Amino acid sequence: MEQKLVALSGNEAVAYAFKQARPHVASAFPITPQTEMMHKFAEFVANGETETEMILVESEHSAMSAAVGSAAAGARTFTATSSAGFALMWEIVYVAASLRLPICMALVNRALSGNINIHCDHSDSMGGRDAGWIHLFSENAQESYDNAVMAWRIGEHMDVRLPVMVNYDGFIISHTADALHMLPDDAAYDFIGKYKHAYTLLDPENPVTVGPLDLTDYYFEHKASQLATYERVPGIVQSVSEEFGALTGRTYQFCEEYAMDDAELVIVVLGSSAGTCKDVIDEYREKGVKVGLLKIRMFRPFPVQMIAEKLAGRKAVAVLDRSASFGGQGGPVFMETRSAMYGQQVPVNNYIYGLGGRDFDLHQVEEVIDDLQKVAAGEELQLINLLGIRS
Amino acid sequence: MSFLKNSELHEGGIIREAGNAHDYQTGDWRTFVPQFVEENCIHCMFCWIYCPDSAIDIDTSGDKPKMKGIILDHCKGCGICATECPPAKKGKAALVMVREEK
Repeated sequence: MEQKLVALSGNEAVAYAFKQARPHVASAFPITPQTEMMHKFAEFVANGETETEMILVESEHSAMSAAVGSAAAGARTFTATSSAGFALMWEIVYVAASLRLPICMALVNRALSGNINIHCDHSDSMGGRDAGWIHLFSENAQESYDNAVMAWRIGEHMDVRLPVMVNYDGFIISHTADALHMLPDDAAYDFIGKYKHAYTLLDPENPVTVGPLDLTDYYFEHKASQLATYERVPGIVQSVSEEFGALTGRTYQFCEEYAMDDAELVIVVLGSSAGTCKDVIDEYREKGVKVGLLKIRMFRPFPVQMIAEKLAGRKAVAVLDRSASFGGQGGPVFMETRSAMYGQQVPVNNYIYGLGGRDFDLHQVEEVIDDLQKVAAGEELQLINLLGIRS
Repeated sequence: MSFLKNSELHEGGIIREAGNAHDYQTGDWRTFVPQFVEENCIHCMFCWIYCPDSAIDIDTSGDKPKMKGIILDHCKGCGICATECPPAKKGKAALVMVREEK
C-alpha cells in the first residue's frame, strides 16, 4: 500500500489516526500535553472532515463518563488525556473495562502531581495498570499512529471488547515533529472497519440493563468472566498486527527485539527511551559488547511468555522504569518482568529514570550497560537504582 | 433461588432479559413484614404504586384492579406501603407492619 511520508508531531499523527476511524463520538477535557491532539481533532470536526459528535465536558471524570455512555449506546468513541486528567477519570476507567466497552484513549504520558509537573513519565498509565484496559506503548510518532489505528481493531474485536489505551510520551513524542508514513484515509478506514456494537441501549426491541447493582452473589462471577478475556487478547493483537503489517509493511510484536540474537546483556524498556538505548547499543556493539534491547510494546495484558522466553539464558538484564512504585520493590515494569522470569537464574536489576521528564541521555544508558557487564562478570550490584539523579 | 454460572452470564455484566427483577428474590432481607388487613382495603393501588420492588400482588381480571396481598419473595420490609396506605391515615390500616418471627 502506497503511503504518504509526512512530518507531524505525535499528537497530530494520533489525531489523524482517530479521524481515519470515523468515530461517532469524542469526549475530552484539555490537559497538557494531550491538548494539542484534541485541538487538531476539533479542527477536523470544524472543517467537516469527520462527522464526529464532540462532547466538551467540564472534567476528565465527565469525559470518561460520557465515553462510557456513548459506547454503551453503541457508538465508536474515543477520549484522550494525560496525568492528573487520567487520575480524575479513575472510577470510570474501571467501569469502561468492566462493561466491556471498546473505547479508545490516547494517554499522552505525563508525571503525576505533586509537585506539579507537565513533563513525561509513565506514572499516569501505570496507576491504571490493573483497571482492565489494554495498554499499548509507542516509541515515536510512527508507532503512536500505528497503535492508534490498530487499537480500534483490537478493542472492537468481538472476542475482546475492551478499552484500549495508546500511550505515547508527553512532549518527547507528542510535541516533536517526526517523519512517518500514513495510510490514505479510505485505506485506514477499510482496515479499521465499520463499527459493530455488542449491545446498545438504543434498541427498544432488545432492551438491556447496563451496570446494575452486583453484590456478593454475582460480582465475582462477572470478574471471573472478565479475567478470562485477557487470555484471548494476545492472539487477537497478534493477528491484527499481522494484517496491519501486510497492509503497511510494518509488523509489530508484543515486544520489539533489537540486537537480541546473540545478546548476553539485555535492557528492557517502554516508549521513546528505546530509541536512545538503540543508539548506545550500536556504539557498544561496535566495541564488541553483546548487548541488546527488548522494548515492551504491550504492557497490558503483560506478554509474560514472550518476555520469559526472550530473556532466558541471558547473562544479565536491566529493566528501566519511567515510574516508581512507592513502597513497592522497584518499578512496575521491573516487578512484572522479574515475576515473568521466576525460576530463571538470570540476574535482573531495576533502574528508575526520567521521572518528571528528566532527560534520559546517552550517559545513563552507558551507565546501565557498564553495570550489566559487571553483573555478568559476577559482581552483585544494588537491586533498585535511580538514574541521572544528583546525590 | 438458583444462581447462574459465570459461563452463563453476558459479557460486561449486562442483563438482556427484561423484567428479570421478578426472578431475583430479595425477600430474605426483611426484619418487618406487612400484614394485609383485607376488610380495611379500598383497593386504591397506592401500595402497588409506591412499592419499590414488585411485592404487591394484584388481581387485574376485573374492571378495576384489586389488591390481593404481599409477595413475600420480593418484600424487603421497607414499610412504604403501610406508610402510604390511605385507610391507615384514617386509623383503619389495610397494611400493618409487624416484626417477623422465625
